[in-house]
Formats: sequence, C-alpha cells, structure tokens
Amino acid sequence: MRHRPPVRERHTVEGRIFQELRAIVGERGLITSPEELHTYECDGLTAFRAMPQGVLLPKSTEEVQAIVRVCHRERMPFVARGAGTGLSGGALPVVNGIVISLARMNRILEVDFPNARVVVEPGVVNLDVTGRVIGQGYFYAPDPSSQTVCSIGGNVAENSGGAHCLKYGFTTTHVLGLEVVLPDGSLVHLGGKTLDKPGYDLAGVFVGSEGTLGIATEIILRIVKRPECVQTLLAAFPSTNDAGAAVSDIIAAGMLPAAIEMMDNLAIQAAEAAVHASYPDCGGLLLVELDGPDAEVKVLMTQLDEICRNNQAWEIRVAQSDAERALFWKGRKAAFASVGRISPNYIVQDGVIPRTALPKILSEIEKLGKESGLRVANVFHAGDGNLHPLVLYDRKIAGQETAALALSFRILELCLEAGGSITGEHGVGEEKKMIMSQMFAEPDLETMQRVRCAFDPLQLSNPTKVFPRPRLCGEKPGEYEAHPLETAGIAERF
Amino acid sequence: MDAALPSQTSMLTTTLEEALRAIVKEEHVRAAAPHDAFAGVQPQFVVEPGSEQELAKVLKLANESGIAVIPRGGGTKLDWGNPPRRAHLIVSTARLNRVIEHVWADMTVTVEAGCTLQTLQKALAQHGQRLALDPLWPDRATVGGVLSTNDSGALRLRFGALRDLIIGVTLALPDGTLASSGGKVVKNVAGYDLPKLIIGAFGTLGVITRAVFRLHPVPKATSTISCLARDLSEAQRFLLAIQDSKLAHSALQVRCVAGAPPQVDILFEGVEAGLTAQAGQLKSMLAPALLTDPGPVVWKARGELYSAAKGSESNCAVAKISVLPAGIGDALTTLASLSANKVRCNAVVQATGIGCVHLEGEPGTIAPVLKSLRAEIERTGGSLVIAHRPATMPPLDAWGDPGDTLSLIRAIKRQLDPAATLNPGRFVGGI
Repeated sequence: MRHRPPVRERHTVEGRIFQELRAIVGERGLITSPEELHTYECDGLTAFRAMPQGVLLPKSTEEVQAIVRVCHRERMPFVARGAGTGLSGGALPVVNGIVISLARMNRILEVDFPNARVVVEPGVVNLDVTGRVIGQGYFYAPDPSSQTVCSIGGNVAENSGGAHCLKYGFTTTHVLGLEVVLPDGSLVHLGGKTLDKPGYDLAGVFVGSEGTLGIATEIILRIVKRPECVQTLLAAFPSTNDAGAAVSDIIAAGMLPAAIEMMDNLAIQAAEAAVHASYPDCGGLLLVELDGPDAEVKVLMTQLDEICRNNQAWEIRVAQSDAERALFWKGRKAAFASVGRISPNYIVQDGVIPRTALPKILSEIEKLGKESGLRVANVFHAGDGNLHPLVLYDRKIAGQETAALALSFRILELCLEAGGSITGEHGVGEEKKMIMSQMFAEPDLETMQRVRCAFDPLQLSNPTKVFPRPRLCGEKPGEYEAHPLETAGIAERF
Repeated sequence: MDAALPSQTSMLTTTLEEALRAIVKEEHVRAAAPHDAFAGVQPQFVVEPGSEQELAKVLKLANESGIAVIPRGGGTKLDWGNPPRRAHLIVSTARLNRVIEHVWADMTVTVEAGCTLQTLQKALAQHGQRLALDPLWPDRATVGGVLSTNDSGALRLRFGALRDLIIGVTLALPDGTLASSGGKVVKNVAGYDLPKLIIGAFGTLGVITRAVFRLHPVPKATSTISCLARDLSEAQRFLLAIQDSKLAHSALQVRCVAGAPPQVDILFEGVEAGLTAQAGQLKSMLAPALLTDPGPVVWKARGELYSAAKGSESNCAVAKISVLPAGIGDALTTLASLSANKVRCNAVVQATGIGCVHLEGEPGTIAPVLKSLRAEIERTGGSLVIAHRPATMPPLDAWGDPGDTLSLIRAIKRQLDPAATLNPGRFVGGI
C-alpha cells in the first residue's frame, strides 16, 4: 500500500486554519502572537530554536484528536510538548507547523491501590504521582532529576530514567498502557491495565519514540510499594578511579543497589557552591542507596562499607535521617544547574558506556579536556554506566563554544567506541540525530523508519527528529534513490 | 492471496532446493519428517543456517519465492497461537546456539537465538549470574523462541518480563535485511525500542538471530513458603495483603487443583538474615493460617500444567490468562463455576495477574468453557490466549479481542513482512 508522501510547503498557516483550531480549543487555547510564541521556541536545549506557527493548549483527548485531524488534512506537522524540560531538542518546534502543549491536561484520573495502577493525563508532573500515592506507602519509580517540573507525557516520549532506574527500571517498565492519538487523528489504546495484551507490544514501541509516533493523552502507570528500609551512603575517594573500582566490587558482590551515583571534584565544587550539600572535597564521590527489608539492608550496608574502605574511601557517611538523605541527594540532583555557578556556559552531555570502561573513558575525557583547554565536570549514574559530562566554556571567548561542542561530541564517539550509546536518558531529538548513523547501520535505521511509517505515513508527528534523514513511506528499502516526487520538486526530504 | 499461490508440492521445486543448498551447506537442508509437523500442518523442508547472514539469505529467497517460513527454535511452543495457513519451510536456529559474550562485570550477555535457556543459564552461573527469567522447558526452549512467545514465569513479579530484561536484538527480515536495535549497555534510549516489538510477535515480523540481556546476581539464599487458603476469596486477600506489604518477595502465586483448596506460594531471595526476618513477618501477617515449607518444587507447577497438555492424544487445553491482580480470585471462581462437573480444571496464577489454566475433558465441552471464560475476563479488561488445544476441539481463535489496535498491528506487519512470508495466520487478526 502506497501512502501520499509528505509535502512540505513553506508558507504560513492560513487564517482559516487558525479559525478552525481556535474553534476547537477556544480563544485562550491558541497562541499566535510572536511575544508569547517565544516561550515555546526551544526546550531545555536552548541552542536550537525555531518559531512555530502557533501553539495549541488542548484540555481533552477529543480536542487533541480534533487538532491532529486538522493537521492531517492540511499536511501540517505538529510537535507535542510537555513541560519543555527535555535536553535533546525533542520539543523543538517545526517552523511550518504547530506545537501542541499538553500542559493543561494535567489531571490524575484514577488511583487504584489494590492493582498498583495510576491513570494520568500527560501534563501531570512526575513528582505529583508519587505525591498522590505516598500516603499509602507507594511511589512512582522513574525519577529524572527534573522530576519536580517534568511531565509524565514528556517522560513517556523520552523513556526517562533517573538515579533509581538501576534497580527499578526506566519509564518503559512502569508504563503499562497508553491512550494515543495517532497522526491521522484516530484514537488507539496500546497495552492496558492488564499485562500482555494480545498483539504486538505497541506501548513498548511508543515509549521512547520521542513524539514521532503520535500523542499520548492518557497513561496507565505502575506504582511501587516503598521498601521497608532505605539507607543512603556517601563515600569520598581520592579519585574517580578508586570510586569506579568500588562500583565494580559492589556489582561483583552480587548487590543491586537502588542507585549508585558518582561525581568528580569539579562537579562536587559546583554542587557545594550552589546548594551546600556538605559534600567532602574529594576526587571522586559515591552516593549509594540500598533498599529492601531491614535485616537485609543492614547486612549489605556492612559489606558496602567494607568495599568502600578497601578502595581507599577516606570518609564514609550514612544518612541518619530523611532530612540528611534529602541533602545527600540535593547536591546530586542539582548538579547540572549548579555548574552555572562555576562557569558562564556549559553543555550537558548524555552518553552510556559499559560500566567496566569507566576508568579508561574518564582518563580519555580528561585528556581531551586538557587538549582543548576546557574543563569537564563529570556526574554519572555509575551503576549503569550513564555519563553526564558537563563541558564548561565561556561563549564570550572566541572559538570556545565551537570547541566545547566538538569536545562533547567527541565524548559520545568515545562512548560508541567503548560499545556504548549516544544517549542513556535525554533522547536523540534534534541534537543527536546526525550521529545516529554512527551508532546504527543503515539497515537498522531503515527498519526503525518502517515502523514509523506504520504509525505516521505522512510524517507529521515531530517529523524532523531522531533520524538523520526521513524516509518517504512506501519507498523500497535499499540504496538511496531520489523519489520521483522529489525529482519533480513536489516533495522534499527535510 | 493464498489461493493464488501454486500448490505446496509444486512450489518447492528442485531449483529452490538447489538455491537453499547454495546458501547453506548440503547437509543442513533436508526434507521435513513427520516429527516436524505441528498444529496439524506438515512442512516440506527444514533448513538450518549456520550464521545470521545465511539465515537472512534463506529468508530473502523464501520471500521472493512466495513460500511460507516457520522460524523454529526448540520447537516447544509451535502449537501456540493459531495453526499457520501455510508452512513450507522450517528455518531452524539450531546451529545459532552460541553464548557470544558474557561480560560478567557489566552484567550483560550477548547470545544467539538458538541457544537454550539452560545452556545460557549454565554459562552465566559460572560468574554467579542469571537471566532472571523462569520460562517453560528451559532444557529445550531457545532464547529466540522464548522471546517470540514472550514466555515468563513466577520471577516476573520482581524482575519483570523479557521486555524489561532485553537490551538489544538483531533481526533478520523477510527481505534479507539484518537489523539491530538497542545495544549492549543497560541504559540506552537511542532510536526505537524494536526489541519490545518482536517480543511476543510469534516470529511474524522477522527472525531473531541474537539478543542482548541485562543480568542479575544468583541469590545467595532462597526460601519458599506456602499457605493453604480456605477458599479463593481468602487466597485473593492473601495475595493483595502480601503485595501491599513491605515484603521484598521475588514471586507470589496461587495454585488451584480441581476440588482442593487453593495454595498461595511465596518466594524470598536474598541474604539469609533477610529471609528469616521476612518469613516471620509473613507468618504474623497471615495468621492464623498455617504456613509450610514445600521447597522450590511448587514453582514447577506452571510448567507441569503446560507439559500435561502436550501430546496429540491428550484431551487437554491450556490457556494463558491475564487479569488485574485484584481480579484473580474472581477469574478463578468463574473458571470453577464454568467447568463444574464437565471439565476438570487446574490453574496457577501469579500475583502479576498472569496465569495459566489447564482444562481436561471432552474437546466439545472444553471449547465453550474457554469461550465463556474469555468473555468474562475480557469484560474486565483482561485476555485469554490459547496455547494448546486438543486436535479435535472445535475451531476457536487463539487470541481473542485485540482491541482498537488491529489496523496499526496490520500496518506494522505490512511494513516488515508485506508478503506474509513469516508464520502466516498464527498471530492476532489472522496475521
């Protein structure tokens, strides 16, 4: 079956279309004035900016469907947006399209404790889910550092992680079902409250697809019972190598902590300057959290303490209260923002390596930093090898921004050379789409694109993201050949 | 479309056989034997490719020749789903059976699709690790087959299903494409999550050639505790109370044998001190119910139900059910009342809501029980999928209601296997 290829006409959206959209969402649900549109021209990755034709703020699934139907009829691309905290430009608008903000769809629709399920609209803030269920001893496990502001819809798009996904899994583990408006405006229910629905695991495919397969309007989440005991240990090591060796020993001992986080000296300095977490001034800091039954955690804490000491830890603290535990975490969770205290500008990078490659990669990063005259602060989810190097620079110094960008991408190449990934939790979005072909071969990307064509043959849903080049749906895979519509100037690849 | 194809006998011409032999060595192509038949269908050839590339070439050849391919691992679950409309060529992964790389320090493993679960687990155990999954027939079931059927056992409660354990996959598509998705690291969000797409797809989109998994440590100690419930509603109360507690159990199930009171089993894993403390908590939580220590044998109950139904002579059906955790008691009560005196029924259901029901009786009486049970379970949002049925049972779709996703499922099938080369007719909606 052949579908009409996407036709991109570079004109502004006609008045009649806005009239129709306004009728759907009401006067206050449509933003078209340039001053207000500025708010939406980028997400957390501010280096990429684009002005959309308009921003729509629907309040219901029906409104989202009606908007998307108009987009489909008019062949107008759309970009869904949650809280706009994404760090890969996933919510970057498309200049000839509209942004659909899900911010007003922010209700928690159902809390079902016996089945440990919560049903939410996409605009619900991550931490509010836990807030709603904590009284009964439950929590929502995925905890990206932005959890006080980021939305569940955005988490679904990016398959967000967080410090505790080492033990508890990522967003995809905790999303059981989705109500989705497909790019043609039709409504489907992927997965559900029960597991293993007959058919392909489309909820699994949708989570992490970065808004390219449609818009989630309702999400069924799994909540988790809080463990009996949570203990957080902070250990100061002479270097990140020593801290890394401790991590290896923890894993080798057969422990699965809830989280293992590492910060290097520069990151510690930044955190101290910003939030005064009282971290020891050391070369490598580990934050390890164990949870489970009291008796088990007690045994494992003794073992953990011993492992840290054997790897030259010179100071070990165990949080004695919830307040102290929160303080331990505050410095880590604020790490990205804190770097603003020690550098005018910085790039947040997100790469993954096999845990065992940590010492080698860290020394490579240090070497590259020295060569380019730039400082790199390192914050990692050490348990799963997810690095967040922060490349510090000063935009005012000529050439530094370019050098910083080059360095941050060189770090990703190192991750790939080590057998890792170009992103562990921030997504590909706009930022990394051009290096997808370094991680994946053409047939790999081609196969993903075929899946995309099944969902969105006209490529209207966040069309310019994730892939280095789009694929006209219906074309045969294989060598690149210009589509007849391209050569005729009717369609273009964007 | 199927009617337009030439008859099976004329289709697999000598030319095609020669073409297959040009891809894989002569001794790895053979005429199918009676024991290669499954679900009442007799395939014609069996081919055993020795590499991913060979497998992809075989698929391409079959696809271009218009013949139907049945991917086969250990062949333990070939009767699951609907019988295929066509089945000419069995593509066996028997020779793709290596554990490619166990990076124990990273707790990951790359393994070929034809490796059995038992072989894999033995290799992992050398470094005190495991794939935290307890599927059926691990001595014969292969990685590819377990993935394709999304099989999982009791450990799913704590460690999740295959979707939570897989981190990368390589697939051969009918057009000969070899495509990888995911990677070798446990955390990775680059590109679409295609491992999820092929789990439970029954080999209808591509043939899995290798997979990468995240691993867990083998627990230092384990203990199993059982508790006899007075009836199903008490069993349900026990399940919910345990799930709502702070116990850190790895598995929790209810076992129902026709005519006997239900048993609730709980598995603890971890360090000895933790197990003892939790056993104490469990005891006071369920008091005055009597607790026993039956040993790990109770975790074989699910496998026994599936195994008992195997064999063409049996008058048994087995179905996988999925209900809400709080709806387990109701589903089992419905089952008991439906089967009444006509059909003997046993069931094992995990606290996740996933379980299996085993029915024994006249094939003509089993079908209506399955139908009514499915209707009741679907009414409450669950599903019932038939895994095995007596050969003489009246036709009944294995899958049930796929909801409103059928056109999307078909669109994906069209994109990856437009000629319906792979397992035609076995899956949902006639795919």
